[in-house]
Amino acid sequence: MNALQHFLAMGGYAAYVWPAYALFFVVLIADTVAPRLRRHQVLRELRARLARQSVRQERKPPSTPASP
Amino acid sequence: MSNWIPLWLHRLSSPPTFYRFAGTLQPWAMTLALLLGAVALYGGLVLAPADYQQGDAYRIIFIHVPSAWMGMFIYAVMGVAGFIALVWRIKLAEVVAMQSAPIGAAFTFITLVTGSLWGKPMWGTWWTWDARLTSELVLLFLFLGVIGLYHAFEDRRQGARAAAFLAIVGVINVPIVHFSVNWWNTLHQGSTVNVFGKSTMSWDMLWPLLTMTLATKCYYAASLFRRVRTDLLDLEGGKDWVRQIAESEADR
Repeated sequence: MNALQHFLAMGGYAAYVWPAYALFFVVLIADTVAPRLRRHQVLRELRARLARQSVRQERKPPSTPASP
Repeated sequence: MSNWIPLWLHRLSSPPTFYRFAGTLQPWAMTLALLLGAVALYGGLVLAPADYQQGDAYRIIFIHVPSAWMGMFIYAVMGVAGFIALVWRIKLAEVVAMQSAPIGAAFTFITLVTGSLWGKPMWGTWWTWDARLTSELVLLFLFLGVIGLYHAFEDRRQGARAAAFLAIVGVINVPIVHFSVNWWNTLHQGSTVNVFGKSTMSWDMLWPLLTMTLATKCYYAASLFRRVRTDLLDLEGGKDWVRQIAESEADR
């Protein structure tokens, strides 16, 4: 058995050690990705709202008369 | 009297200032977390010797114990931030408390599952109603309760204050988790690492454990900064400084 196989075998406890480490990384990666996705969503919604506002302002001219 | 510290804190608690401050620190905290984590993994999985009783199964300790400490630490941070939010009505404290909850829940979940994976070969069972295990499960439910209560309100700030109150009440569980192995002599082993006094653990095993603890602390800082920044953008959506960020990031 070479060194890598010996390492991966974890003295016979591979079925417990590696899933534990895998879960650690999967959960933390999910925790890192989730706020990034939310950030994109928040900014996209905000830009859509700003675009709607500017369209509304163009359609309705300001009530105060413009100076000549 | 020097009053620059309260003044500095007051400035920092303004959302646009904190947004920039967190944005500067966040990549550094994440880099440090990854570096320390890599060193700790090498030390724990490769360099540290096998345990004379538990063989290689004990190597789960290098993620189980730091995650357990982070669960309690994050709960304490959430409780303190919740208290500040309730007493002084500081918006940033509400955001810090509420954005800490998912990270704390993640670490507590990791603790429970890795503990289960460790318990099966060592104790012969995935789960038992041991005092430590039960109080840790209560900790997870408290985090989930805070998250649920926060989202149950239409008004976000009202939800944050209600959830902050629950968080403060739940702080009582943190010392119960910590001392459960001393108060009730059940299955879970006692602590082998002591801040005050001598740790009963070989240095070869102790240094990767402490390095991983530092890595998870840095990770929490990075994750919290990322979450708080996102939440501030959402909460302050109508303000000019958020509008500028939204417009400048439209090209990307």
